[in-house]
Amino acid sequence: MLLLLLPLLGALVSAVEVKRPHHHFYEESKPFTCLDGSATISFDQVNDDYCDCKDGSDEPGTSACPNGRFHCTNAGYRPQYVPSSRVNDGICDCCDTTDEYNSGVVCENTCKEMGRKERETLQQMAEVAREGFRLKQALIDEASKGREEKQGKLAELQEGKKSLEEQVETLKTHKEAAEKPEKEAVEIHQKAWDAAVSSPGWQRVPRAAVAQPSVSIPFQTLLGNSLQADASSFRDVVWTAIKQNYKPEVGAAAPGFLLLIISFISPARCCYTSVLFLSLEKEISFDFGPLGEFAYLYGQCYELTNNEYIYRLCLFNRVSQKPKHGGSETNLGTWGSWAGPEDQKFSVMKYEHGTGCWQGPNRSTTVSV
Amino acid sequence: FSDKVSSTVVSMWDKIKNVFSPASVGLDFSFPGVEHVYGIPEHADSLRLRTTEGGDPYRLFNLDVFQYELYNPMALYGSVPVMLAHNPQRTLGIFWLNAAETWVDITSNTAGKTLFGKMLDYMQGGGETPQTDVHWMSESGIIDVFLLLGPSPNDVFRQYTSLTGTQALPPLFALAYHQSRWNYNDEDDVAGVDNGFDEHDIPYDVIWLDIEHADGKRYFTWDSNKFPRPREMLQRLAAKKRKMVSIVDPHIKVDSGYRVHNEIRSRGFYIKTKDGSDYEGWCWPGSAGYPDFTNPEMRAWWASMFAYDQYEGSLDNLYTWNDMNEPSVFNGPEVTIHKDAVHHGGWENRDLHNLYGFYVQMATAEGQVQRSRGAERPFVLTRAFFAGSQRYGAVWTGDNAAEWDHVKISIPMCLSLGLVGISFCGADIGGFFKNPESELLVRWYQVGAYQPFFRAHAHLDTVRREPWLFGDENKGLIRAAIRQRYALLPYWYTVFYRSYRTGQPVMRPLWVEYPQDVATFSIDDQYLIGDALLVHPVTEEGARGVQIYLPGKGEVWYDVGTQQKHHAPQTFYMAVTMSSIPVFQRGGSIVVRKERVRRSSECMRSDPYTLYVALSPQGTAQGDLFIDDGHTFNLESKAQYLHRRFSFSGNTLTASSADPKGSFESPAWIERVVILGAGKPAAVFLKETETRLGFQHEAETSVLTLRKPGINIGADWSISLR
Repeated sequence: MLLLLLPLLGALVSAVEVKRPHHHFYEESKPFTCLDGSATISFDQVNDDYCDCKDGSDEPGTSACPNGRFHCTNAGYRPQYVPSSRVNDGICDCCDTTDEYNSGVVCENTCKEMGRKERETLQQMAEVAREGFRLKQALIDEASKGREEKQGKLAELQEGKKSLEEQVETLKTHKEAAEKPEKEAVEIHQKAWDAAVSSPGWQRVPRAAVAQPSVSIPFQTLLGNSLQADASSFRDVVWTAIKQNYKPEVGAAAPGFLLLIISFISPARCCYTSVLFLSLEKEISFDFGPLGEFAYLYGQCYELTNNEYIYRLCLFNRVSQKPKHGGSETNLGTWGSWAGPEDQKFSVMKYEHGTGCWQGPNRSTTVSV
Repeated sequence: FSDKVSSTVVSMWDKIKNVFSPASVGLDFSFPGVEHVYGIPEHADSLRLRTTEGGDPYRLFNLDVFQYELYNPMALYGSVPVMLAHNPQRTLGIFWLNAAETWVDITSNTAGKTLFGKMLDYMQGGGETPQTDVHWMSESGIIDVFLLLGPSPNDVFRQYTSLTGTQALPPLFALAYHQSRWNYNDEDDVAGVDNGFDEHDIPYDVIWLDIEHADGKRYFTWDSNKFPRPREMLQRLAAKKRKMVSIVDPHIKVDSGYRVHNEIRSRGFYIKTKDGSDYEGWCWPGSAGYPDFTNPEMRAWWASMFAYDQYEGSLDNLYTWNDMNEPSVFNGPEVTIHKDAVHHGGWENRDLHNLYGFYVQMATAEGQVQRSRGAERPFVLTRAFFAGSQRYGAVWTGDNAAEWDHVKISIPMCLSLGLVGISFCGADIGGFFKNPESELLVRWYQVGAYQPFFRAHAHLDTVRREPWLFGDENKGLIRAAIRQRYALLPYWYTVFYRSYRTGQPVMRPLWVEYPQDVATFSIDDQYLIGDALLVHPVTEEGARGVQIYLPGKGEVWYDVGTQQKHHAPQTFYMAVTMSSIPVFQRGGSIVVRKERVRRSSECMRSDPYTLYVALSPQGTAQGDLFIDDGHTFNLESKAQYLHRRFSFSGNTLTASSADPKGSFESPAWIERVVILGAGKPAAVFLKETETRLGFQHEAETSVLTLRKPGINIGADWSISLR
């Protein structure tokens, strides 16, 4: 430890104890060489409130050098460097008060109190961290289980989709087979019909008297004017309608009606399957952290209300804001990616491509996790 | 016209106006021998006024213009009906004292002639004498004209400011850096930005709150959710020796639950419609009334509202911004008040329109003085102004945009204002509308650091742009520009003091100091601060250099960055990098700096000074320094100030009093003297004590640095080089 005196012209001279990690460079008996080697000065010019060294190393205890640093020991708390410009500026920066030795301001030594508070906070943080790690492990376990389940489900769905496709394929074959005689019959009928209409006698028959072929009954009628039919309503309404309109002599068409039933039901099923399929595929494709610890947040929504807006954050989905007192919702961005710094990628979420600002870029949201 | 005559005319007019109103007035003036006229702000145009043949005249009518156009004679936020005419022999002025809508047409018999054509005329001995003719016309009122006869520019400034007053000396903090945006959202946001400046070691003095801080745009109130404890917030800023400005606009929300509205209504202080009811228009708060600031009783009442017990949550480090005081009326004609609205004394708005903003700022400044019982100098920023507004604070150039042309136009706009008395001028750094690229923002800080009013501001819908949000390199560049400003604060303050005493502009065109140098008459991309510093800021995107003109036959200038000497007059190309701010100190001047830049100007109060002595070719130099407490009227009421003179000749630098009437105790001392253009002495002595001073001499640049004279700034002394 080294004791340096600060002679200050025309001002209150006060003894300053300058404790620096580099104290071995400051030897009272020898000329002082700036730490960057740029100059050598007599020792009484060290800490004399005039900057001689380009690197500011001759004034560790004053505000003289623009690039200098002042060291506070802060016994009881953490040692700290402050810019030289904060020495004697009338504002207490070091908790041990050493930066304000000649400005007239009276600072209170708060190091012990800060040290105590810091230790308490650290303890609390350690506890929180422990609890957090426990929760995180549980979430990771859950996520990996959930992921397996979902992957299983996806595989099942993929399987199901395949069998459905096969089924459709089979039915198609059936349908074609069933339609063949019908088609032939239609062709024969068509030919006969053409022959008939081209005969001179036909021309005299009034057009209005020609009977509508029963096959052109609108589908809607068959369905009893509803847009879809489940099994029971098909039996009660549709099938009855079909029976009434299609006579048994068209018996060969029956497999065709079977196909009809399936094509009523399968669009709905197909649709449902594909939605589930897509959403699962999407969910599995998300980056839920290295161990999937963020998976439990998927689909969770949170709201934050301030005095003007209600902000709604749906994790891995979108962020929006809505004025509290009515008005339309504004999109603040949809899920983009993790956007933390390299070593902490999963500390920040970025939601992008929200509604454009007036004369500005699109809104986006950064979520600190 | 003398004052006496004009006041007689006014009272006559008072009697007859009801018979003849409205009636326009006009007058033509000819300036034989004059090719250059200046002034009549506010226009986003070049310093030298253009002829208006074949186009619109310059219009003076205070308006809230949305996204104004550049190089255009259209009316803007403020009006000063003062024009200067200049030729190498003489400077003249016209002060057309009329606050109605006014138009000025300019014609010239040399317009369109090339320099060659003019020379040909001259050589042939014939040709006409150049002449500029101006035609003034106002919608109503009387002809009340003051002719300012010069003959020098400084004479015209003295003559004009003897009529309307000089620039008020701002409190020192107001010359430092201001951080503003629409809006700092709440107390946490303010604390975060305030801490950001310390964390990134960037100085700043004042943080600003725009309209969102008030409860539903009810001025003199705080939004209780965002700013629940304004006094504590102000105290936290005060602990760091910093200030705050809150906006107080003159449109008052019509709301029976709002005390300010109720009082103004019950006292009958609102402007009236032609039918006698309170005038109402649409502005930020919705339906709003407009207090009649032309009524002295209304102004007195308004001033009383700034008392600490009236403006709840205010403290002595809270100052004021008057925006929208043209006044802006969103649903009014040309976004302002109807011309037939009726003011105090039965005057129609058409008769005094351009004075409204002037009175708003006057009443606000008066309120700040009164709250301190007359002790503290006020700080009020205004957007609208008129002749004389310089007595009440600062103006800025309104809602500009983040474009290179806008940074460029800020120079002639502020130069024009300075010529007609209003020196405390600046532009929104970064541009109000739109988002600046980092290069534009850095350049704008460099420009703003060398303009009188130094404030960054931004529109609500722009991306945040505090100086540390653009990467380390840009942050460093912005910090360096702001630090240059802080180091030069003693010089700025001294130049403002001289402006306060003499009416000379702080930021001045080159021709003001070099009135015979025709080459300077149209220059508005470079200018002088005081008479010692010449600035040519970089305002071109991707600039690699600038063309600099250094005036003064037989003079020298020193590049402040490199300390290299340049001979004048000459035009030369100076290469620039992103860190370059081309500034030159005139040989023969002494500029005083404080080189220990701290986090706010008040923190630097007791810091030592460095004298920069730039020697003329004759080896001489002079300069001065004004010091007081930086914020009270004690300089006037108690003569508490120091005005020091420094002079170098015969190898001796002496310090003496420039004004023995003032006295002031300061702990500040002189830490360094830098002499530019000096040879190497054998020894340097402080004469009074015969003490030898240490020194360093750079042979390459001829810079002599004297180490630590250590003398108090108030002392008389001399230093000799032997």
